[in-house]
Amino acid sequence: MKRKHRRLLILVACLAGLGVATGLTLAALRNTLVFFLSPAQVAAKPPPPGQMFRLGGLVLKGSVRHLLKNGHPVNDFTITDGKGSVPVVFGGVLPDLFREGQGIVALGSLQPDGRFVATEVLAKHDANYMPPDVVAALKKSGEWRPSQGEPPPAASWDFGVKTKAGPATRGG
Amino acid sequence: MLPCFKPFGLQTTGSLLYRTAVDATVSPPRPRGWHRFANPGQFLRLAARVTPPVAWAGGILTAVGLFWGLFIAPADWQQGNAVRIMYLHVPSAWLASAGYMALAACAVASLVWRHPLADLAAVEIGPVGAAFAALCLVTGSLWGRPTWGTYWVWDARLTSMLVLFFLYLGHIALIRAFDDPQRGYRAASILALIGVVDLPIIHFSVQWWNTLHQGNSISLTSAPKMYIGMLAPLMVSALGFTLLFAALVLARLSAAVMERRTRAVLLAEVRSA
Repeated sequence: MKRKHRRLLILVACLAGLGVATGLTLAALRNTLVFFLSPAQVAAKPPPPGQMFRLGGLVLKGSVRHLLKNGHPVNDFTITDGKGSVPVVFGGVLPDLFREGQGIVALGSLQPDGRFVATEVLAKHDANYMPPDVVAALKKSGEWRPSQGEPPPAASWDFGVKTKAGPATRGG
Repeated sequence: MLPCFKPFGLQTTGSLLYRTAVDATVSPPRPRGWHRFANPGQFLRLAARVTPPVAWAGGILTAVGLFWGLFIAPADWQQGNAVRIMYLHVPSAWLASAGYMALAACAVASLVWRHPLADLAAVEIGPVGAAFAALCLVTGSLWGRPTWGTYWVWDARLTSMLVLFFLYLGHIALIRAFDDPQRGYRAASILALIGVVDLPIIHFSVQWWNTLHQGNSISLTSAPKMYIGMLAPLMVSALGFTLLFAALVLARLSAAVMERRTRAVLLAEVRSA
């Protein structure tokens, strides 16, 4: 065996070992590397009251209420993931993207009564990129509403939104 | 001239510097296949021809892609005009990862075949890749503030990208840290190969874990989740960035090879005097 072949073999062996080690480490860290817990995870294994953690999910439709408590504005809403839901109280300023059906991540802790008191709310953006006129056209044609979740694939409206009644149109 | 140069029509380029450079080397048995590109003289000839068109094409495509993205492409229905940062952010993120992959390839060529050109390439790729990684982090942070509501969070995607930036910085420092450059090349190669584990972590972080960063809009296995009027300028911009990256590395590497040649010639003159 030539020396360069031996070096290549040693290198491949080392890299394979490194890959396996990394894979095992990541598998072991799988649960602790999570940036946020979903409502279902919280329901299955609730963190002790007072412990700070991040809660992520969608803002439940129709759950947002802007209240005044002791003269301070407070936002009341529910975070859901379809399998579970957690009521949230937040006294700060909501991000621009906050709306019903939007994915958000809230930092805070559970109260003994089961409500989640947030100190920070971040909006999560999804992987879909759409111009406003396409969204308007999809809404108009009844094809999709933002509260329904994932929009139809881009290829279906890239060159115009097909309405059930007539030919393809863009804009609304 | 060597017969293997002929397919490229490179025998016409023959400045005095190149000839001196070629004459200054002791030629080992001529390598075949991909290995012939590891010959510094061969590389200089190829780079002299390839660099100007690559640089021009990269500059023009980047300008077109950015103008298209920043001024013509539509705003996003949720993010508004903040989405335009994407035309800088996404190509720099891809290039930062691709550049590190290139560093790893150089490391293999250096450790296994002891190609001196691979060592020089590793020296020159490092700062370019680090610049793209920094651009990715800065633009991402500026996008995160209006969209998420924060400049930075320690989620898996952002953290693994920051780790990549630090890997670049470590590589840049390590490869220059020894009086004997060979020891630096060896150490930096090992660092580059160990750091490769970060690349799949960056890519799959948004699938493996709950992250604040959104998932991949563009992938090889599924349809794009992006309006084609945004996707097209993004692709043009990414292609432009890629060519600019290649042109930067080619120019830096050519300069490094010539610098080394010049030093060898000067040393030989000093010794003979």
